[in-house]
Amino acid sequence: MNDILLYSLIVLGVLGGVLAVILYIVAQKFKVEENPLIDEVESNLSGANCGGCGFAGCRAFAEACVKSAADKGNIDGLNCTSSDMSKVAAVLGLTVTAAEPKIAVVRCNGTCENAPKKVHYEGADICAFAHTLYAGSNGCPNGCLGLGDCVKKCNFDAIHIDEVTGLPTVDEEKCVGCGACTKACPRGVIEIRPKGKNSRRVYVSCVNIEKGAIAMKNCNVSCIGCQKCFKECPFEAIEMRGNLAYINPDKCKSCRKCVDVCPRGSILAVNFPPRKPKVEVTESVNNESKE
Amino acid sequence: MNPKKTFPKGGVHPEENKLSSDQPIITFPIPKQAIIPLGQCLGAPAEAIVKKGDEVKVGQLIGTAKGFISANVHSSVSGKVTKVDEVMDHTGYRKPAIFIEVNGDEWLEDIDTSDTLVKDITLSREEIIERVKNHGIVGMGGATFPTNVKLSIPKDKKAEFVIINAAECEPYLTCDNRLLLEKSNEFLVGVKVLMKAVDAPKAIIGIEVNKIKAAELLDKIIREDSYFSGIEVQPLQTKYPQGGEKQLIKACTGREVPSGKLPIETGCVVVNVASTFAIYEAVQKNKPLISRVVTVTGKSVKKPSNFMVRIGTSSMELIEAAGGLPENITNIINGGPMMGKSVSISDFPVIKGTSGILVMTDKEAQPRQVGNCLRCGKCINACPMGLEPYLLSRQAKNNLFEETEASNIMDCIECGSCEFTCPANIPLLDYIRYGKNKTGQIIRSRNQK
Repeated sequence: MNDILLYSLIVLGVLGGVLAVILYIVAQKFKVEENPLIDEVESNLSGANCGGCGFAGCRAFAEACVKSAADKGNIDGLNCTSSDMSKVAAVLGLTVTAAEPKIAVVRCNGTCENAPKKVHYEGADICAFAHTLYAGSNGCPNGCLGLGDCVKKCNFDAIHIDEVTGLPTVDEEKCVGCGACTKACPRGVIEIRPKGKNSRRVYVSCVNIEKGAIAMKNCNVSCIGCQKCFKECPFEAIEMRGNLAYINPDKCKSCRKCVDVCPRGSILAVNFPPRKPKVEVTESVNNESKE
Repeated sequence: MNPKKTFPKGGVHPEENKLSSDQPIITFPIPKQAIIPLGQCLGAPAEAIVKKGDEVKVGQLIGTAKGFISANVHSSVSGKVTKVDEVMDHTGYRKPAIFIEVNGDEWLEDIDTSDTLVKDITLSREEIIERVKNHGIVGMGGATFPTNVKLSIPKDKKAEFVIINAAECEPYLTCDNRLLLEKSNEFLVGVKVLMKAVDAPKAIIGIEVNKIKAAELLDKIIREDSYFSGIEVQPLQTKYPQGGEKQLIKACTGREVPSGKLPIETGCVVVNVASTFAIYEAVQKNKPLISRVVTVTGKSVKKPSNFMVRIGTSSMELIEAAGGLPENITNIINGGPMMGKSVSISDFPVIKGTSGILVMTDKEAQPRQVGNCLRCGKCINACPMGLEPYLLSRQAKNNLFEETEASNIMDCIECGSCEFTCPANIPLLDYIRYGKNKTGQIIRSRNQK
């Protein structure tokens, strides 16, 4: 009995030792030389693998950063919205100007109140599927279906369906603007826009492209393409895309004149302080943004 | 008649509810305004060739097919085109359509509008297929696949059987049954036309035994008239989905269509009853597809009826004629209860694929409480294609499209037997349809590369 134990121990021990040596030699011989900077850069990233940077995960992004720093001496054009890029730049011995933070914006305000439900949907809770089946419970063929494909795709727990409105709401603190929800939405309701100064943004909260009369029937706050905002905007920031107004965030100075003229209330201005006397505030905002 | 047959695997037997099976076909009055959608077939919608203000006659071509899988659209009424605009179809989306204000009932001169039976088939094979194509004939069971594509048999294949799909396995629907009873001779000449078109020596009419009157009538006519030799009536067990193309071939001939292949692989061409009748009218009477039989039914409908309707008539007018909308309706279904789709608006134009309009009240269609999968395996027993619906639905739900492809999701015929048997009321078919759609896209993009 003892013999068996002894032989087993010896055989397994010798086998283990020999294999360890072989493995060591092989590992040395076929070692992949990798820049240790990559690991260091990766450790400074969020690790969410959201793909918002355009690369296949955080590792690939870190590799791209190191390569760019070595080849070009800068990491311009590479940006991770969910991490602190200055830390990444510091690892690589570079400085980086902070990119403008971005956020997902849900461009639909067809709440249960604004766009009353006409039909009851009963079936698979997948927006992409419901989109192929029917126009939507409120009749709008472009608006949010409210089944939450965006919620399922979010890696940061930043978007949720509001129980009251039936629409997704974005958590400003958590959203990094990676764009996963934008790709998940079959109707292109969600857009990635600059977060804006003090998180103040003005946008058209509608993606309807049908004619005005039809859009009016479906929803109380739909854009009907009346062009009032288009004519009003002093910065030519508003473009008409068919029957839909679109505010170009690069040109918009957040003066909110369009919000005032919109007869449908489809242009939303968020995070602005409540207005005091009308004219003064608009001017002060103008001055602020010019500075 | 032969003893009754069936397909071997799966299937369900829902309550038949053929409420309108004894109601003769009523010719519905010509509507005041016809809205004729341009996309009435599977594939690309037709292109309008008339414009606002044009005068059109019945049977005049108003939309030409665009692409291989597409069908011509003809005017079903005579009058003036008021606009070429968009109209909401049953899904609630807006699709291009031609609006015609009706004025009288003037037909094109070369259409034979008499009721006389024309037996002699003067056209050649190619001419028949060309006629079927020009006259915009599509599969009228609901799938609306252009029939001329089906009849154009590849050079290396040979058709042995024409199988007529008279199973009408969908509960409630009776339009094919009535057509068989009232237009039996015309229908049988249509079968002969099809046999000539695909050069098949034999035709089998597969018909469920709940339509035994129609089966006996057809059998009698075939036996009495040697002109119809080669046609055979095959009674089938009343079981859903007996009218599925692959199930029908298996039941009638014992042959199985290989996975991913077309029925012609087994030497069969399957055509629906309504399409056969339309082919008769197109080939023998030169009449394009401008009208069809629609069953308007439902337990709460006062007068469940079968109407011969011009394409483009409003569904609401049909429901009014059948006794109006009952109270507490929750659901209107375009088609039968198993494969039809719930509509999101009640007023939509009748198109070539509208076989029935089914009205359900809250008693019949209660919102169902969806539970968790019990792993009971009922869906597997019910699947006529031998698939695993519970697995496919889960894979599709989790966007695992490589796995769905490996599990043969593309073989699903979307009959809904799995969903029907599911004790947890899981919308299995919805998930599978979603998965099928996505998997199909992936396969197509891979084949293009």
